[in-house]
Amino acid sequence: MQIVLAIGIFSALALLIGIGLALASRYFHVEGDPLADKVDDLLPQTQCGQCGYPGCRPYANAVASHEAEVNHCVPGGERTMLEIADIMGVEPKAIEEEETAPVVAYIREDECIGCTLCIKACPVDCIIGAPKQYHTIITDHCTGCTLCLEPCPVDCIEMVETPELLEHWSWPVPGTLRAQVGEERKYQHEE
Amino acid sequence: MKSNVIKLVQNIAESLHLKPQHSFAGGVHPKQFKRTAHEMIVDCPLPPVLIQPIKQHIGELCEPIVQVGERVLRGQKIAKSQGYLCAPVHASSSGTVIKIDDHIIPHPSGMGLLSIFIEPDGKDEVDESLHPLPNYRSVDAIELRERVRKAGLAGLGGAAFPTFVKLVQDQQHPIETVILNGIECEPWLTNDDQLMVEKAHEIIGGLDIIMHMVEANQAIIAIEDNKPMAIESMQQTLLGMGLEESVRVEVLPTKYPQGGEKQLVEVLTGKEIPAGRLPIHIGVLSQNVGTSKAIYDAVCLGEALTDRIVTVSGDALPQPMNMRVRLGTPIRFILEQCGLEYLDDIKVIHGGPMMGELLSSVDVPVVKASNGVLAMHKYSVMQAHHEEEPCIRCGDCGDVCPAGLIPNLLAMHCKEEKFDRAEDYKLFDCIECGACSYVCPSHIPLVHYFRFGKGQVAQIRREKDFAEESRVRSEARDARIAKELAEKEEKRRVALERKEARAKAAAEAAATNTISEKPQEPDVVVKTDKPEAES
Amino acid sequence: MIFLSSPHQHGGNSIQLTMFSVIIALVPAAMVSVYLFGWLAVFLLTLCIGGCLITEYLCLRWMNKKTARVWDGSAGLTGLLLALVLPAAVPWWMALFAAVFAIVLGKQLYGGLGYNLFNPALAARVVLLISFPLHMTSWLIPMHAGATLDMYNFTTSLQFFFFGPDAIKQTWDAITMATPLGYVKTELTQGVTVTEALLHYNYSTLHAFIGREAGSLGEGSALALLMGGIWLMARHTISWHIPVSYLFTVALLAWLFNLINPDLYAPPLFHLLAGGLMLCAFFMATDPVSSPSSGIGKLVFGFGCGLLTWVIRTFGNYPEGAMFAVVLMNCAVPLIDYYIRPRVYGHKRRVPLS
Repeated sequence: MQIVLAIGIFSALALLIGIGLALASRYFHVEGDPLADKVDDLLPQTQCGQCGYPGCRPYANAVASHEAEVNHCVPGGERTMLEIADIMGVEPKAIEEEETAPVVAYIREDECIGCTLCIKACPVDCIIGAPKQYHTIITDHCTGCTLCLEPCPVDCIEMVETPELLEHWSWPVPGTLRAQVGEERKYQHEE
Repeated sequence: MKSNVIKLVQNIAESLHLKPQHSFAGGVHPKQFKRTAHEMIVDCPLPPVLIQPIKQHIGELCEPIVQVGERVLRGQKIAKSQGYLCAPVHASSSGTVIKIDDHIIPHPSGMGLLSIFIEPDGKDEVDESLHPLPNYRSVDAIELRERVRKAGLAGLGGAAFPTFVKLVQDQQHPIETVILNGIECEPWLTNDDQLMVEKAHEIIGGLDIIMHMVEANQAIIAIEDNKPMAIESMQQTLLGMGLEESVRVEVLPTKYPQGGEKQLVEVLTGKEIPAGRLPIHIGVLSQNVGTSKAIYDAVCLGEALTDRIVTVSGDALPQPMNMRVRLGTPIRFILEQCGLEYLDDIKVIHGGPMMGELLSSVDVPVVKASNGVLAMHKYSVMQAHHEEEPCIRCGDCGDVCPAGLIPNLLAMHCKEEKFDRAEDYKLFDCIECGACSYVCPSHIPLVHYFRFGKGQVAQIRREKDFAEESRVRSEARDARIAKELAEKEEKRRVALERKEARAKAAAEAAATNTISEKPQEPDVVVKTDKPEAES
Repeated sequence: MIFLSSPHQHGGNSIQLTMFSVIIALVPAAMVSVYLFGWLAVFLLTLCIGGCLITEYLCLRWMNKKTARVWDGSAGLTGLLLALVLPAAVPWWMALFAAVFAIVLGKQLYGGLGYNLFNPALAARVVLLISFPLHMTSWLIPMHAGATLDMYNFTTSLQFFFFGPDAIKQTWDAITMATPLGYVKTELTQGVTVTEALLHYNYSTLHAFIGREAGSLGEGSALALLMGGIWLMARHTISWHIPVSYLFTVALLAWLFNLINPDLYAPPLFHLLAGGLMLCAFFMATDPVSSPSSGIGKLVFGFGCGLLTWVIRTFGNYPEGAMFAVVLMNCAVPLIDYYIRPRVYGHKRRVPLS
């Protein structure tokens, strides 16, 4: 008899709490940003397509609807992948591509034939030019997506590493002294 | 009534110097090592080549205005300023420009800047284009400010902020107190000390010019109590110049970092500079004593900034001294003058040991911010750079932090790259004085972590701004393409409609079998400039 | 290229210096323990310290860390503190278990030095108390306070340490007595007032101060502990915040309630000198790893410890509450560190913005 009573009390309690939760989720529901917007905010907007989607927004939509994995964005690197995994609530996954140094495109103007194919390909409109005129890249705006390399019929575009500016230099993370001394020895050895 | 009584009591206490000398919270007492105290300033001879980088201050780069092969005079402008936050560069001696090329500068990164190389001809002829203005009281403050800018003055205490920017009269923020920073709390350094002993007249002359420029009627000269000769010299000169009504010398207890601007303002005026704001917002202007003397030279003597006092010392230096060095002198030359030629197992610190940087090469030149050159034995420097051990959370770092931070937790957040948390713990309020690393029993390089964190946060912000710009551009492009497509569709639709209308009319004409209608003008299709791109 | 940031001058402090200063500060208390318990104290101290050092060495070896770190003083300090909080009656296996537990589960499993949440010695003590209540509440009668003759000489102590009271032909009741705290608590349940209980016990404040009373090895002598504690504070090895706030809170609460009802609530001096309060206040609560980093946080921590100690002593089941109080407050330390921060220059707010 007492067991029946105990079971009954707990079941009633569970029912009450369940009803309470259901009501709370209805009346206290918070409208937030759509998930795709939040993911898009984290992406570097390079619009390069290395993730397999035509641009950053489509990839954000795919990630938000669980169609794409979180580790496809190559320019974003590990930091972006961790942030997206955090928002989506999934396990972080390693990025398959190697993370490269930041690059920008550079047109060898002597070889340019003025076909404007690269201008149409650039997702952020950072190439200046007109038909039969030299084209040139606005380096400050170039995101390094490499989409202009393929359309060029004379192969006059190359990717160059962005030079590090003195104003943008920052201290690297402190290494342990043993690692530093080892590095110094290696440096002296190479000289 | 009650406030009047309180004010009266305060005035009496002040005049009797009974005000309790409160110091800032925290701080450390490192060993002083003031081996060059009481050493008279010695002139450093001209080196075989002067290397002058085009940026020796916080702000924009300058642009060289001389050519290779050109002869320049001492004090002649060789690089003009660009932008607002900039101070021009002047030749430190007369000679010929032999090269304009990249050269390494005293920066922790080891990177270089474009520099102008001058070979002195030994004659040291002076450029007379800046006229002396001994009657500065009758000169407009704006003109004086322009003179300070033209003379290329930057803060000589080590920060190298363009001086003219601070010497402004702002209606909304009038300056009540001018503070002259003669504290020099860094160990080893004595250049301000010796300057106050030998050139007190020029320093106070500069102070008078500053007070005239910003219309302040009160000034305090702050000196640490380990400089008795400097204190006496400044006090005597004040009396001699008759300025003891508006200017007073305040002697503060020796503690590091007493000379930090925020801490100094707090101790002298009792007010704190609000976070993210400047001293001018609480009516205070602070200048180093060396900068004050440079202002006097620029205004009253018409001299551009071409030299500065440098303390050359260190435990590996045979003859330590305070030297008057021309800007652009290679540090190797200075060390040779002090008897040090072989630099095996010697590390050179540019600045003081608490905030200065280790130089990767001694071929860097002396710049406006060089207040000290310390040649140390490698083992004594490495004593401060033990292997990092785990933090035992003793809290000593927080006890000594002059800004009231908790350095051990802050460094942990920076290390784990949780920069939001780090900013919440007020990462950007750290003045990087080094007191925390000084006391840490686990030898954790706390200041290094903060610098790393600040750099990462700045980089992340830059990347986010760039991503935002790229997104805006990308969306604009998409909108443009969509609009073009829509226009094309519209034209096709219009053309199709006209074609259908024509066909209909032709059919009607054929039906009625009349040849009365004139042949229709063919529609003029407007060719667009862009060729069709079906990709 | 190696990047070494400023500062390039260091004050000379090190972990070893800090730990060994605390060990030196505990030497007077250790000497008092030998004075009270003779060779038994020596064995207990040796086993605890040795056990901790060996366990630490094995752990470091197993975790592939530098084994030279075993000499940084932290394991030795844990061993010494552990010995000083154990009653003299613990057999060798219990002491060894405590040492291993303190190092492995109290320190290394959290990540090693600097990462443990609880004070290792106190955590081991709490576990022992709950697992072996009989041994841990049996307080041997010390020398100079009426102990059985020759109980603490070399051979007798050795036999007792390894084989228990049967080996020396004694019963538990013959060789143990109650501590002042324990005695007062049991008498209170029988309706006796505090003053009467202290009278029956032959309680002497002087003896409590010097240390001639039953208790764990180190908690007896408030004098020895004060000497060590004040020396540490003068050297700035520990800051004054925790001991002062801890002792002040206990004294204040005891005084207030003693005013209200002297029959039920013990006077403040009794509380201060009784049990492990002095030891905990100066040496356990101030363990840097498990206490807050900021000065204000330390004051709050000390206040919390004091409150809990007094409450557990007065209203709880156990006669001694200091170690539970410290362990409980250790749990709250991350919270204290997050919410209670010193005011930063130029800012007005104290609490975090998020």
